[in-house]
Amino acid sequence: METASLTIPELRRKLSSGEVRPREVVDHLASRIEAVDPKIKAYVHLNVEKARAEADKANPALPLGGVPIAIKDVINVKGDPCGCASKILEDYVAPYDATVITKLRRAGAILFGRTNMDEFAMGSSTENSSRGPTHNPWDLERIPGGSSGGSAAAVAGHEAFAALGTDTGGSIRQPAALCSCVGLKPTYGRVSRYGLTAFASSLDQIGTFTKTVEEAALLLEIIAGHDTRDNTSGEQPAPAYTAALKTGVKGMRFGVPKEYFIAGIDPEVEKAVRTAIDEYRGQGAEIVEVSLPHTKYAVAAYYIIATAEASSNLARFDGVRYGRRVQNPKDILDLYGRTRAEGFGPEVKRRIILGAYVLSSGYYDAYYNRAQQVRRLIADDFRQAFKKCDALLTPTSPTPAFKLGERMQDPLQMYLADIFTIAVNLAGICGVSIPCGFTSAKLPIGLQIIGPKWGEEAILRAAHAYERATPWHKEKPPL
Amino acid sequence: MANPTPDSIDVTYVADLVRMKLSPEETATFQKQLGDVLGYISQLKEADLSRVSLLGEEDMTNRLRADEVRASLPVADALANAPKQENNLFVVPKIVD
Repeated sequence: METASLTIPELRRKLSSGEVRPREVVDHLASRIEAVDPKIKAYVHLNVEKARAEADKANPALPLGGVPIAIKDVINVKGDPCGCASKILEDYVAPYDATVITKLRRAGAILFGRTNMDEFAMGSSTENSSRGPTHNPWDLERIPGGSSGGSAAAVAGHEAFAALGTDTGGSIRQPAALCSCVGLKPTYGRVSRYGLTAFASSLDQIGTFTKTVEEAALLLEIIAGHDTRDNTSGEQPAPAYTAALKTGVKGMRFGVPKEYFIAGIDPEVEKAVRTAIDEYRGQGAEIVEVSLPHTKYAVAAYYIIATAEASSNLARFDGVRYGRRVQNPKDILDLYGRTRAEGFGPEVKRRIILGAYVLSSGYYDAYYNRAQQVRRLIADDFRQAFKKCDALLTPTSPTPAFKLGERMQDPLQMYLADIFTIAVNLAGICGVSIPCGFTSAKLPIGLQIIGPKWGEEAILRAAHAYERATPWHKEKPPL
Repeated sequence: MANPTPDSIDVTYVADLVRMKLSPEETATFQKQLGDVLGYISQLKEADLSRVSLLGEEDMTNRLRADEVRASLPVADALANAPKQENNLFVVPKIVD
């Protein structure tokens, strides 16, 4: 077994026994990256010497001692660039560590590599990156999903043992489904957002990409927890997520929301997900049909709320304190106007404009206020459903990975890629995508397991039970 | 409201509000694209909001801390990415005559 293909527990065993040394792990991974990343283009920044130096000081006794982890280029790591795949932050170097980074370091992890993404996390295909797109390891002519496409492709392509990503409307779960790996979005407030470049502050969450569910649980244990520097982080104590993992699903109830099985889903996706639901039945779980009646409004509500918050969060990129500044500005307005016009890509510009519009005088009530109320109804749909079941089972994405360039001219078509993931962010609840099969063209299909707030134990337990009984997580792309 | 006509975004006006100097091509493209998006999101106007008032308050309390000075980002680090700085200040074009 190639070192780069090991799971974290397997790697830790070899590090503890001395069979492999931390520096060798970095070298193996660097070789793998050198071999395949020219085709996948998952990484935007790699500092092998820095990783080797950290490896030399690694302590394998720590929970992640000597384990390299890749970081999406939107999370601040002191001394490293934090470009957010944007021209406006091309030369920005982070002056501090995000809380999740401090936690990973304390657990002994080696931060190795920054991954590609849609600019400022806005997108569903990683084609909105100022650095060019990432390619799906299963079919290089297709997208890896987005916005955390680089992280998903790196893990799926065995170029990273694990990676951090972010999920605002599905940006972890959807790429995980399209690339065949485990993508976890924790409950809003489970993981600190301190040090995460903000896109939509009431929706953003940092989460994980791993090959297996056990690794997702392991990483969540390390990054979860209250942070006094993030006032939206919850005080709910973080349990040991690995502890209850193997309990099995006998006696659990899973809801299948009828609104998530509509016309327009790829038939192979639907078949794979229904087969997965049968697997749960076979393992002794009860399956109940539920309804989430406000599902049809989720994408609309999201593109009002998220863009409104983004228009505010991205106002800070004005060429004054950091980032790109245009040359020879005539006056301050010219400085702002040209810096932002030159620095932002088209999708970011579209969303800032839409977001400002829905907040503007005369339109605030019809759009923003209304969307926030619909959001409450969407959250309540889930609350009602969770009275009848422990978790929900749905497809993660309505289609497998589409071709690069296919939806770039039609933003609305692109937005609909997130139709099954987006409501989870609006409700602030947790969700995980796990591999549940492949299409006849060998494109990955993902099963989404949705849980209530603070319900990560239940969804991880369900995810693990399915993974244990199926072969998908052992498949490797032909690279 | 049955079949409400969607509002339209005046992209030039909003781009000015958000301080982005778009090119004429961008303005025209965004006008069309955002028109389509606005048409889609306008379906929210059909949603029945009557239940919202019955949902009760969200469980949210403001969490405050004691007003004590704590360590924060050192000035040098805060200035490290500045395009132009002088005397621990960010330098910008003159704003007021």
